[in-house]
Amino acid sequence: MADSVNFHFDIDGENFTSAGEASVAIKKLLRQMEFSPDVIRRVSVAMYEGEINMVIHANGGTADVNVYCDRIEIILKDNGPGIPDIDLAMQEGYSTAPDNIRSLGFGAGMGLPNMQRYTDGMRIESEVGKGTTIYMTVNT
Amino acid sequence: MSINKHSVTLDVSRCKGCTNCIKRCPTEAIRVRDGHAIIKEDMCIDCGECIRQCPYQAKKPIYDSFDDFSGYKFKIALPAPAFFGQFEELDDLDEILTALLECGFDAIFEVSRAAEIITEYTRRYLKREGITKPVISSACPAIVRLINLRFSYLSENLLPIMPPIEYAARLARKEALAAHPELTDEDICVLFISPCPAKVSYVKNPLGVNKSAVSGVLAVSDMYFKVRAKRKEIKNPLPLSNTGIIGLNWAGTGGEATALLSDKYLAADGIENCIKVLDQIDSGTIHDLDFVELNACSGGCVGGTLNVENPYIAKARLRTLRKYLPISRNRVEDGKVELPDDVMLEKEIVDSYVKVSPVERLAAISRMQEIEEIYRTLPKLDCGSCGAPSCHALAEDIVKCEADGGDCLIKLREIYEAKENDSKKK
Repeated sequence: MADSVNFHFDIDGENFTSAGEASVAIKKLLRQMEFSPDVIRRVSVAMYEGEINMVIHANGGTADVNVYCDRIEIILKDNGPGIPDIDLAMQEGYSTAPDNIRSLGFGAGMGLPNMQRYTDGMRIESEVGKGTTIYMTVNT
Repeated sequence: MSINKHSVTLDVSRCKGCTNCIKRCPTEAIRVRDGHAIIKEDMCIDCGECIRQCPYQAKKPIYDSFDDFSGYKFKIALPAPAFFGQFEELDDLDEILTALLECGFDAIFEVSRAAEIITEYTRRYLKREGITKPVISSACPAIVRLINLRFSYLSENLLPIMPPIEYAARLARKEALAAHPELTDEDICVLFISPCPAKVSYVKNPLGVNKSAVSGVLAVSDMYFKVRAKRKEIKNPLPLSNTGIIGLNWAGTGGEATALLSDKYLAADGIENCIKVLDQIDSGTIHDLDFVELNACSGGCVGGTLNVENPYIAKARLRTLRKYLPISRNRVEDGKVELPDDVMLEKEIVDSYVKVSPVERLAAISRMQEIEEIYRTLPKLDCGSCGAPSCHALAEDIVKCEADGGDCLIKLREIYEAKENDSKKK
């Protein structure tokens, strides 16, 4: 019996209006596995924020969700510009989103802080010019 | 909360197995097997979408017939606000209500009267401290069942006040008992004239109350023809109506929400739109809303599948009808801020989440792993020719042993072509 299942999503960077779809898809899948509503909500919010970030800053990327009995791991990987100062990026309200994105209500500088708030563990690996990988865990 | 008595059924003899319905079912509750559709009862929310889609009228709503209730001494009609939108050249609600009496009813209680009171209590509820916002209307039974099936996390958002149909039935019984002391509650039958099958199953499988005070549900389409015939004979309509603009407006999308006199509301209709809104509330991406009104049918209750008239025509007629009506004719003027017990739901409206054991969880993960493995091999065209609404649904069915890989025509062709190439080589 397999003890985990992986879901892979390609996040399309060309199409801003489709951002957030992987978050909806994972929500549906987690529901089928009867995770608690609270866990589902935390995973989907963290996914959503990550997805939006990848679309705004990195022209898309990939999301991998590994579901185990006791935890759900989310790995978001992009080949974008990278984050020069992670501590600064983690500050609430700090944003480098362009104006046209802000006018849509995004880019309030809450994406990364929310991802941390809704997960039980988060680690960011980033190299300027190469890209960013974010590892998040939600305990079930 | 499984529904044991459904109001949407299939006439197998009419079904051609065409797959039109499977792709439009919002809960993926339909499959085509052995040449005809099958409705999975545990998934069906009685929304009526498949009735709308079926080109062969094989999907049928079930409802009661007036004659089934001849044993009762006193019959009360509960016309839904949408009922009045069905009639051409109507400028007086009393004409229809008088015609209903002529059809054999002993009394009438307009559901719109109860709706006006529910509106007032909802305004009170929204002022309460500590409630979970946005508050989601619990008036549409198909939406409540959808929330139970797919959005149980939002159960706290649901308005814990009775839907107008239920409150109307209770008020109607009280009114009849007061006016006719010789009657007992058992002598009375309350018959709702319904625009949709979802309300038929609401009465058989009540939501949030132990037992519905409604005795039976008649279809708007059935009563329309009876009332239309009687209407011609009526010279002097009796002054029966006691409805204002607010009550009538509940027939269409936005009626319930706008009556709350707050601009922080959202009103959506069409089950697919409602699902999108619920998804967003669930993800916490909708802010600053006090109230969310969701109607499974496009246009609201006037869009229900038991109506006879196009929803937009019905809505336009209601606009004419409500002209010169008072804003509201049913008010709560007790000066209180609290809500009376008799208007509140008697129990939780949706099931709360049941924690699964580690063993069950592991089994679920393992099953999902299998599903994903199979899904990867499927063509992802979501063509529906296997009888499942999507490739993912087919993968789920295969794991549940309800289908097999050979049901996929695309895969079958690949296998066939591979075999053909093999034989050519030989």
